[in-house]
Amino acid sequence: MSIRTITFDAIVVGGGGAGMRASLQMAQSGFKTALISKVFPTRSHTVSAQGGITCAIASADPNDDWRWHMYDTVKGSDYIGDQDAIEYMCNVGPEAVFELDHMGLPFSRTEEGRIYQRPFGGQSKNFGEGGQAARTCAAADRTGHALLHTLYQQNLKNGTQFYNEWYAADLVKDDDGNVCGVIAIDIESGETVFFKAKATVFATGGSGRIYASTTNALINTGDGVGMALRAGLPVQDIEMWQFHPTGIAGAGVLVTEGCRGEGGYLINKDGERFMERYAPNAKDLASRDVVARSMMMEILDGRGAGPDGDHVFLKLDHLGEEVLHSRLPGICELAITFAQTDPVKEPIPVVPTCHYMMGGIPTNVHGQAIKLSGGHEGEDQFVNGLFAVGEVACVSVHGANRLGGNSLLDLVVFGRAAGLFIEDQLRQGMTQYEPTDANIDQALARVRRWDESTGGESVPALRKELQSVMQNHFGVFRKGDLMAEGVAKLADLRERIAKAHLEDKSKPFNTARIEALELDNLLEVAEATAIAAEGRTESRGAHSRYDYPDRDDENWLCHSIFDPKAKKLGKRDVNFKPKTVDTFQPKARTY
Amino acid sequence: MKVSIYRYNPETDREPSMKEYEVDTQGKDLMVLDILALVKEQDQSLAYRRSCREGVCGSDGMNMNGKNGLACITPLSQVAPGVLEGKKPLILRPLPGLPVIRDLVVDMGMFYNQYEKVQPYLQNNTPAPAIERLQTPEDRAKLDGLYECILCACCSTSCPSFWWNPDKFLGPAALLQSYRFLADSRDEATEERLSRLDDPFSLFRCHGIMNCVSVCPKGLNPTRAIGHIRSMLLERGI
Repeated sequence: MSIRTITFDAIVVGGGGAGMRASLQMAQSGFKTALISKVFPTRSHTVSAQGGITCAIASADPNDDWRWHMYDTVKGSDYIGDQDAIEYMCNVGPEAVFELDHMGLPFSRTEEGRIYQRPFGGQSKNFGEGGQAARTCAAADRTGHALLHTLYQQNLKNGTQFYNEWYAADLVKDDDGNVCGVIAIDIESGETVFFKAKATVFATGGSGRIYASTTNALINTGDGVGMALRAGLPVQDIEMWQFHPTGIAGAGVLVTEGCRGEGGYLINKDGERFMERYAPNAKDLASRDVVARSMMMEILDGRGAGPDGDHVFLKLDHLGEEVLHSRLPGICELAITFAQTDPVKEPIPVVPTCHYMMGGIPTNVHGQAIKLSGGHEGEDQFVNGLFAVGEVACVSVHGANRLGGNSLLDLVVFGRAAGLFIEDQLRQGMTQYEPTDANIDQALARVRRWDESTGGESVPALRKELQSVMQNHFGVFRKGDLMAEGVAKLADLRERIAKAHLEDKSKPFNTARIEALELDNLLEVAEATAIAAEGRTESRGAHSRYDYPDRDDENWLCHSIFDPKAKKLGKRDVNFKPKTVDTFQPKARTY
Repeated sequence: MKVSIYRYNPETDREPSMKEYEVDTQGKDLMVLDILALVKEQDQSLAYRRSCREGVCGSDGMNMNGKNGLACITPLSQVAPGVLEGKKPLILRPLPGLPVIRDLVVDMGMFYNQYEKVQPYLQNNTPAPAIERLQTPEDRAKLDGLYECILCACCSTSCPSFWWNPDKFLGPAALLQSYRFLADSRDEATEERLSRLDDPFSLFRCHGIMNCVSVCPKGLNPTRAIGHIRSMLLERGI
């Protein structure tokens, strides 16, 4: 089967912060760069980031030090974040953030005219010894929106070629497994095209929609992870899912940690500030995994509020109307719209809600995708032609638990780093791997499967069932037998989804077709999550098991690697060798 | 409750039509976007855009019982009296004034073109310092009410001046963005920006009808921004 081919130096799949920072870098340098996004770029999920971008720019505290930020991040990761990558992010961070200001990002300001920084969870001065830091750079509580629009504007200025509302369906590989590009569908016309490039950069974001309740946008369906797994590539630490402490109960909409940074705190149904019991020092600004678990314990112990006792409250009214309206205007809007609550007067009902995928495609600091020589074990090898940045990547700076404000920093630092690296490679002459017709045909198989389906179950019903399996079997607290049941249910779902039906076969703007293709990806991510979660027999960071309640450094101070071909879980070393500072040794993690 | 939705698939339909659906909300005051999801479970051929479902991405601008807004943050009780109680149907149409691709999905090309025309990016040729360019809180406050635009097109597609001249009149959204950069103390291209607006159509086709202000889901005021640009042009002319 022959389809149209479009050729570029580099293609970026995904128009969020990471993708647009990467494409900007390459377009600025004059390389022929295409950005393929399933939505108009400013509709990407980065737009929903609220509180800010954590970085030691030394505005709130002139003595701030990126090494303190690094310490916090390593500790926050529960010691399975790679220290070379965390070092790179925290060290290069200030440069990347100042660039954003120079591009026009409307940061909030201090009296000195510098970028405003607020306290966030898990932040400290002087390697945990100097008390709470204020390190998160903010544009009110709309930092992601401001960042995403600024990056889109700069890409316009620099001539990035946008393929908006194009959906990448699968990777195209040659016979040796080198990546040659992707198959993508023009959503508007329905045409399927082969995008050929020397570098394919995945910046497809997270996959929170595998859970029934999530802060994630409806578009966060794990397309990049799905494509990688179907191509036989491994994912790393995929069991590590962050539950954000403050999703609005019922709606799942995010309420920024910046609320607690500005002085808000959580209370149970008795009005007690319960975090004082769980984290006596950091209290409400303990790390997210700690706060989310504490909230769930309150709820499970019968101190949850509401008729079903299923949530707690975030109290903000004591901050006063002026602070709330100047620092947290978006939150006031969201609370009124989705909780019918004005935070100036009443507390907001909140519950831990699926928020962020710490795991993903393993990469180095340049974004180069990594696989293991023996599938789930063996030596690191690069996947030629493939890069990953942002939430879809696991570089890994977040390890088992991401700190608030570190995702936006991850996006711009590693989007930029991949761009710089690919630029350099292109200048030196990068290989364009050439697929055969059979290779392309293979990548088209899945699209064809749906287009030729004649009967079977419907996509919305299967999606709902998958989301409820993940919600009920792989939540904040996990247990072996319950997870084994979940794994079995997903195996059953895999068979049924393989035979599911796409009723509407029309071409123009067929969103049912896109949702069917997304369902395949949700399943891939869910299954990898389930098998990895069952396999990691310890509790670390966001992964918390009743049957293995303790951290097990002897066996699990390492990344997990899920190999989709053998469906096996292996281990990969964590990097403990930063280049310019001493290694941060694992120790007990308290807040 | 009854929902009436504009349907058009260029592959199969000679002309658009309204199609009726029955949806069970179990008495809840759901958002219009939730209703669309329920309809799509019945009829997967229905096309509409959506992403964040919390009013910040600007995907799901549409016309609900005659008024433009975002489906995801518009509860049934706010659409029109009687809709929540099932006394009146919920009537959903694509944003007016733009070509329809399919069902509730419009071609936003003209809208984006006008946005691009205002060169919506910071222009500053002074070499950047090693840190951020300093900006006072007062200067930064001038950007409030401007930078929050989500490009949903609710305003421009409710503007009669834009309906008449979508190619020549920039429309409220693009002009709001234009002023966002004119008002930024870090931007140095004020003169060039104003020159490009100084013709009978780009800006001056605004007749102060203020539909833009009444529909903006983020509570922004493009008419005021347009007024500020007018003043700047006026001062420049003196």
